[in-house]
Amino acid sequence: MNANPTVVSPEVDYQRIVYPYRRSADQDAHARGDVARHPVVVVGAGPVGLCAAIDLALQGVPVVLLNNDGRLSVGSRALCFAKRTLEILDRLGCGQRLVDKGVSWGVGRVFFRDAQVYQFDLLAESGHQRPAFVNLQQYYVEGFLVERALELPLLDLRWHHGVTGVESRDDHVALTVETPDGPYTLLADHVVACDGARSTVRRLIGQESHGRTFQDRFLIADVRMNAPFPAERWFWFDPPFHPGQSVLLHRQPDGVWRIDFQLGWEADPELEKRPERILPRVRTLMREASRAAGGDGAVPDIELVWASVYTFACMRMDSFRHGRILFAGDAAHGVSPFGARGANSGIQDADNLAWKLAAVVQGRAPLALLDGYARERELAADENLLHSTRSTDFITPKSEISRVFRDATLTLAKDFDFARRLVNSGRLSVPTTQYGQPAPDAPIRIDGHDDWLLRQMRPGRFTALVFDTPPPTKGGQRVSLGPEWGLGVQEGSPMPRGEPALGLPQGDVEVRPPRELPHLPHEDEPVLLRINDASDPHGLVRARYDAEPGLVVLLRPDQHVCARLHHPTAAELHSAMRRALAHDVALEETPACR
Amino acid sequence: MPLITSPHFDAGDDFYEALLAAHQGLDPAQSHAFNARLILLLANHIGRQDVLLEALSAAARSTSSEAPPAGAASHEDPHERT
Repeated sequence: MNANPTVVSPEVDYQRIVYPYRRSADQDAHARGDVARHPVVVVGAGPVGLCAAIDLALQGVPVVLLNNDGRLSVGSRALCFAKRTLEILDRLGCGQRLVDKGVSWGVGRVFFRDAQVYQFDLLAESGHQRPAFVNLQQYYVEGFLVERALELPLLDLRWHHGVTGVESRDDHVALTVETPDGPYTLLADHVVACDGARSTVRRLIGQESHGRTFQDRFLIADVRMNAPFPAERWFWFDPPFHPGQSVLLHRQPDGVWRIDFQLGWEADPELEKRPERILPRVRTLMREASRAAGGDGAVPDIELVWASVYTFACMRMDSFRHGRILFAGDAAHGVSPFGARGANSGIQDADNLAWKLAAVVQGRAPLALLDGYARERELAADENLLHSTRSTDFITPKSEISRVFRDATLTLAKDFDFARRLVNSGRLSVPTTQYGQPAPDAPIRIDGHDDWLLRQMRPGRFTALVFDTPPPTKGGQRVSLGPEWGLGVQEGSPMPRGEPALGLPQGDVEVRPPRELPHLPHEDEPVLLRINDASDPHGLVRARYDAEPGLVVLLRPDQHVCARLHHPTAAELHSAMRRALAHDVALEETPACR
Repeated sequence: MPLITSPHFDAGDDFYEALLAAHQGLDPAQSHAFNARLILLLANHIGRQDVLLEALSAAARSTSSEAPPAGAASHEDPHERT
């Protein structure tokens, strides 16, 4: 591993940093006529590739991460990181840095012409560690992930090593890698392609993404200014300061704001990128927005930090797995920016893939498990594409009649709740539940201190939540938590608002402890987490898992629920884990293997 | 519950009159917008996706049975008409 002198202090300017090229031992081997072979090579050190590589290394898999240059992302780009993504980054050891540096938000406002139509709160309930969203420039996220990667001895991060050739062979892939010292060959048992929307690996194997391209242009501008707005997402349809188009405003750290102007297809991208075109737009916006917020319309000093004009397409590859090459992130699928579903879904791809690839590499699961990755994330991509396409159709009506219905919806939204639900300024990223729900987080008490449920999981391990005792009860009736927890009040047992469901006597609910849990070999044995009055004093774990005594909820290493079993026998729990590891699939498809 | 297509109004003639009255004085664009709001309100009231989809296809069918449908016309060589 490289000792890395570029490890940086928190004040580092991630926009200017250039990570240096280093010659790898594999190149010396190549010079001697040898070829190095690695279990996993990840291509592309963006957020998705970094997450995949870190996750694999944490699970004991040696991994080479290649990147064709030495720079981090330019401009704010992805910006909005969703709660589920933060939970994944927590698992990788970076979540807290993102939250500390980023701007947390959960409230959005929607304006139509000159008036607010409504506002929404994405995470109205308490009892969650992470907010609905954190806004943070992509280069910070990448910088934090790089620093995390450099802490891991199993992760070999190679800057200025660009893939220029891919050849799939029987049980491995041969990569040609171009460097300042010339090319070398590298063999990989598995390749994870995270090399972005214009994926080189995808092109080299003759694949492409299919879908819909939208004929519209958007200007994205990062501006530094001292503005008095709260940390919220503000979206305007057809505002007076930008008639006929849409505008989106987001707050970023460092006093920077992200503003997204829809320009229309006729706009000249080169012209619109010029500061003398952008700054008047921003000043007009600030004047109007200040008045809308009850201010005097004063415009602060504005400094343009970064701007770009973009178009987008909603598309994906037909299959995310091609033999031993697995595609993730923008390389596999592209969405519109409305809904923050790009980087978030890419990181969720990495989350889904890493534990499966680790299990395959370590001989704990058959190759069929990788088909499970492709199938699950293709479904997730379809869901993201559906939402993203619908948002785009609402935001940028393609015909006169679609504009009439769009405006009718916005007009009705001022008065009627049903119409607010139809307003689509971006359905903001939430994880798919097509193949099982990500485990809800909840406060938990472990060894006498307060902690969080998801923090108790271990890299690469399954977790079994064992529910020992019933939820808190009152007079024999099951207690539901009050609306301050956002859980609503169950019929028949209303709790006054604000009254906590703590320390209540247990009723006559029969308590049946789960049977003795099975003993499974070493790393295949799930981490057991007992949920009872001691570990779950608020009852929130039991409420969120709808638990009765004797329930065992099995969580995959990527924190997805894969089984709910009532008083399971050893064989039943074992079987659920084998199914999650695709063993039974392998038995069906290739009986000769056993 | 399928889409009700048999007479179902409390007072059909009264509704028809009220509908026209509501459009009184609106220019075509305003009428268009009014209709869109009305459709959305009624659709939400109905709620059921199967009924709404049936209504959409019934409305589409009904057009094509009384006038030469756009789809049928396109089977002919459009150049002959011009």
